[in-house]
Amino acid sequence: MDALLDVDDLVVRFATPTGDHPAVRGVSFSVAAGERLGIVGESGSGKSVTAQAVMRLLGPAATVASGAVRFEGRDVLGFPRDELRRWRGAQAAMVFQDPLSSLNPLVRIGRQVTETLREHLGMDRRAAAVRAAELLAEVGIPDAAARLRDYPMTFSGGMRQRVAVAIAVSCSPRLLIADEPTTALDVTVQAQVLDLMDRMTAELGTAVILISHDLGVVSTFCDRVLVMYGGRVVESGTTEEIVGAPRHPYTRALLGSIPAMTGPLPRRLPSIPGSPPQAGAHVPGCSFAPRCPLAEDLCHEVEPSMEYGVACHVAARAGERP
Amino acid sequence: MTGWVLRRIGQMALVLLGVVTLAFLMAYAVPGDPARLIAGPNADAATVASIRHQLGLDAPLWSQYTAFLGRLARGDLGTSYALHGAPVAEQLAQALPTSALIAVGGIVWQLVLGVPAGIVAAYRPKSAADRLATLGALIGLSAPPFWVGLLLLYYLAYRFSIFPLNGLGDPLWWYLALPTFTLGLAGAAWYARMTRAQMLEVLRSPYIQMARAKGLRERTILTRHALRNALTPLITMIGMDFGYFLGGVLIIESVFGLPGVGKLTYDAIDQLDVPIVTGAVLVAAFFVVVMNFLVDLTYAVVDPRVRNRR
Repeated sequence: MDALLDVDDLVVRFATPTGDHPAVRGVSFSVAAGERLGIVGESGSGKSVTAQAVMRLLGPAATVASGAVRFEGRDVLGFPRDELRRWRGAQAAMVFQDPLSSLNPLVRIGRQVTETLREHLGMDRRAAAVRAAELLAEVGIPDAAARLRDYPMTFSGGMRQRVAVAIAVSCSPRLLIADEPTTALDVTVQAQVLDLMDRMTAELGTAVILISHDLGVVSTFCDRVLVMYGGRVVESGTTEEIVGAPRHPYTRALLGSIPAMTGPLPRRLPSIPGSPPQAGAHVPGCSFAPRCPLAEDLCHEVEPSMEYGVACHVAARAGERP
Repeated sequence: MTGWVLRRIGQMALVLLGVVTLAFLMAYAVPGDPARLIAGPNADAATVASIRHQLGLDAPLWSQYTAFLGRLARGDLGTSYALHGAPVAEQLAQALPTSALIAVGGIVWQLVLGVPAGIVAAYRPKSAADRLATLGALIGLSAPPFWVGLLLLYYLAYRFSIFPLNGLGDPLWWYLALPTFTLGLAGAAWYARMTRAQMLEVLRSPYIQMARAKGLRERTILTRHALRNALTPLITMIGMDFGYFLGGVLIIESVFGLPGVGKLTYDAIDQLDVPIVTGAVLVAAFFVVVMNFLVDLTYAVVDPRVRNRR
């Protein structure tokens, strides 16, 4: 089956006062219709920048230096303005991290839901209001019709993220990109919002890219996982492969920092020593080598390429995934 | 909300009492003898003393103060020393409409010149339009209004006789065009800088990114999602400017010979006409305090977050 979204060798550079720095260095992946892909990595790994590049939401300091983004075979990066506008929100939608700031504080909730319906589906004011109330009810907002007139500040964080999900799915998009959608929420609310995204996208057959620093969140939701580090994909595979048999030392370290549900708990949760590479402080070899317990001389000198779903000299020697 | 309004009115009354007290003390402490001024240079000591007694200037400070407050409560601001005993309140009431016209005109110019410049500058940072707006703002900020006013008068009124030279006449806007433009020019620079800074911040915010991700038209993003958030802080500037201008814009009114509160005050200071100066100070302070309150009230109407907090 053809891919819904195809990202090919994407490179994104940031202009800073000290020069151009790559934030995303040759990322490739594809998402099939209805598929759920997780992108996992620490802050600064390039996962959010990748998502913004796909949606063409990069700020003025960032540019796509090379690579391609294709949606149903069409060149997203080459969309003229009007085509981009018709695509965003209608076929590809996005849920952002912080529901407190991604809804406009001075615009009523109803308006923020209906404006997408009116823009993309051509509904009139009344039809859009009816549909908005239905959508809010579907995402579990009590007394939805009355709440259309309220402002975002009267909603809790979890409720706001529900509204954001309702807006995102309102035009039945084929692709939903959720950038850390549960990070700003309480743990119990996180699960509810994930359940909601699960339900809403399953009904519509919407493909999802879920971006998170939390491998636990991603593994419960996604079919496949990409692990990003230092602007590159370092490992990819099905969720079972990544969680059950991680091969890259970084993926293993990430999994090691999730406490097991059975057996005695460690006195302290393990953490990955060191810190992720700073933008611009690029090393010639593998960017994880300075923190890697298995690093060899080769790792510090030559950047490993992706082989059998992992970009690691040590792991690649073991050959194909067992 | 009602409780908040009542509390604010109470606070305003306190502030105004403070201003009244200061204005009274200022008038008392000011050098020069008003009785001598009224009596004229050739009057003898007895005449001056009798005038001083008539004015109540020989009474103790405390009783002068209570008498002053009592008159004020009846809306009596005293009588002018220099203008043949004309009531101060009447003089101010005659001057106020002129100052109000200048204030409104000046603010309109500030908004018309400043806000679009700020929006364009923020929308395309570092573009030619941004640099032009920044340069214009710099010139507007650094050119003194009396100089700009005189230049405009010289070229547009005197040399080419497009606009009237001074005073007020018919049609009103024709006479007000130059003075309000001069007043608005300096303020417009502030408005442009404020608008630019606010817009830049708003355009970076997640809800604008979300609006883009929703596939809205750029015009909708600008008007519905960006402008409202960016321009709300301007309410403070408009309100404070209005309060401030109503107290009279001394330089503009003097340069263009307009009979507003500023001109009245200017002449009164020149002639040591203390009751007029005191009255003008009180009027200016009153409008600043009232506009401050109206600004807060407007915020509560515009921003639901503010409304809820109160």
